[in-house]
Amino acid sequence: MNRDVSITTWILIAFGIVNIYFLTTGKLSFGLEGLGLITAVALTLAIYSFLYKDNPAFKIVENLFVGVAMGYWIIITWFNILKPDVLEPLIVPLFKDTGKSPQYIVIIPTILGIFMLLRFSTKLSWLSRWSFAFVVGLGSGITIPNFVHAFILKQMEPTFAPLYTGDILGSINTFLILLGVVSVLIYFFFSVEHKGVVGGVSVIGVWFLMVAFGASFGFTVMARMSLLIGRVQFLLRDWLGIIQ
Amino acid sequence: MERLLSIDRRYIFVFVALAVTIPLLIKFDLPVPVTKEVKGIYNKIDSLPEGAHVLIAFDFDPASKEELLPMALALLHHCFRKNVKVVGMTLNPGGTGLANSAITDTGKQYEKIQGEDYVFLGYKTGVELVMINMGENIYSAFPKDFYGNATVDLPVLKGVQSLTDFDYVIDLASGSSIEAWIAFGKEKYDFDLGAGCTAVIGPDMYPFLQAKQINGLMSGLKGAAEYEILINRKSTAVAGMSPQSVVHVIVVLFVIFGNFLYFMSGRKR
Repeated sequence: MNRDVSITTWILIAFGIVNIYFLTTGKLSFGLEGLGLITAVALTLAIYSFLYKDNPAFKIVENLFVGVAMGYWIIITWFNILKPDVLEPLIVPLFKDTGKSPQYIVIIPTILGIFMLLRFSTKLSWLSRWSFAFVVGLGSGITIPNFVHAFILKQMEPTFAPLYTGDILGSINTFLILLGVVSVLIYFFFSVEHKGVVGGVSVIGVWFLMVAFGASFGFTVMARMSLLIGRVQFLLRDWLGIIQ
Repeated sequence: MERLLSIDRRYIFVFVALAVTIPLLIKFDLPVPVTKEVKGIYNKIDSLPEGAHVLIAFDFDPASKEELLPMALALLHHCFRKNVKVVGMTLNPGGTGLANSAITDTGKQYEKIQGEDYVFLGYKTGVELVMINMGENIYSAFPKDFYGNATVDLPVLKGVQSLTDFDYVIDLASGSSIEAWIAFGKEKYDFDLGAGCTAVIGPDMYPFLQAKQINGLMSGLKGAAEYEILINRKSTAVAGMSPQSVVHVIVVLFVIFGNFLYFMSGRKR
C-alpha cells in the first residue's frame, strides 16, 4: 500500500467514525438535513484535498460541481425564462383555452434563439449568423452611448473638479486623482519618447499603476482568505459544533 | 538557504490553515473600524421612511456566498427593522436559491409577510436589457414573482412602476453587474445606487464611488463585518475578521521572508 492510499484510507476511516459518532449521539440528524451536511463536509474536504496533491476525490467533486451547476442552471432557466416567457404566453394558448390570445411576437425571439443552437449543425449553422448579427447590433446600439456617458464622461468629472475643495485632505485627494490620471495617460502615450519631463511624469504613472496592482493583489488575498474562513467556519460550527 | 527557497508549498498551506482555524477556536476581538463607504449605504437605508421601497439585486452565486451572503443578510435585517419594503431579484441563475432563502428566512424572523412586506422576483436573463426593461416598466420585466404570483397584484409593489420609483437600489455582485447597473440603470433612470461586491473587484469600484455614481460600497467580508457592526448584529462576517487579520499578517510575513531569502541568496534577476 503506497503512502497516498494509506493517508486516504485513514482520512476516510476518521471521517466515518466522526460522522457515526455524531449520528449516534444525535448531534446530526438521520434525515435529509444530516445527510446533506455530511455530503457538504465530504465535498469541502475533497476539494481542499487538492492542496496536498491532485487526486481522484478532487477530480470527482470537480466534475460533480460542473454537472450540478449546469443542471441547476437548466432548471432555473426553464422555470424563470422558457416557461413564463415562451411556453405560457405562446405555446399553451395555441392548444388550450386560457382566456388569453397567443402572443405571436414571442415567435421572433424564440426563432432567433433556436437559430443560435444551429451552430452545432454543419448544414444550417449559417442561420446562427442572423441571431448573432441581431445580438451584436442590439448590444452595440445599447452599450456604446451608455458606456461613453457612464464610464468616460462621468468618470472625467472628478478630474475636472476644482483642486481646492475647501479642506486640505479633500484637496490632496483631488490633486492625486488629477496627477494619477494625467501621469498614467502619459505613461501609455507612446508617440513621444519617454525622456525628460515626459519620462519623469510617466515614472509617476508607473508608481500609480504599481500601487493599483498592489491594492488589487491585497484585495484578492483578502477575498480568497474570506472564502477559506467561510468554509472553516462551516466545518467548525455546522459540522463539528465546536464554535458558535 | 537554497533549501528554504525551495520549501514545499504545503508547509505554507498548513500555516495558513492554522492561522484561520486557531483564531476561530480561541475567540478574540479585533477592532473593525467602519469606513465612510459602508456608512454611505447604512445612512441611506437608515434615512428611509417606513414603507419605502428598496431593491436588492442578489447578483452572485454560491462561489462567492462567503463574502456576499453576510452582506445580504445584514442589509435585509436593517431593511426589515426599518419596516422598509424589500424587493429582491437576481441576474445570476446560480444565485436564485440563495437569494430566495436569504430574503424569506430573514423576513420570517421579523414576521414579515411575503407579497406584502417583501417579494423575490427571481432570475431574469439579459442583464442590461432587464435593467432597461425595469426602467420602463417593472411589471413587463417581471410579470410574475419567483413563486408564480402576478406582480401587478402584489401589495409590496404598490407605488412602484419602474426603477425610478425605488427609494434605493443595491447591487450585491460577484461579477460585472455593478457596472451594468451604473450604465443602464443609475445613469439612465437616475436613482440612488449602492453596491456590495467581492474583495477581488472592490478596487475597481472606487472610481465609481469617487464619481458619485454609487453612494456607498461594501467590499468583501470586511465590508460585511462593518455593516454588521453598524446594525449591531455581529455574525459570521465579524467572526471572520480575527482569522482574516491573522492570516494577512502571516501572508505579509511570508512575503517579507521570501524577499529576504531571495536577496540573501544573491540570486540575479
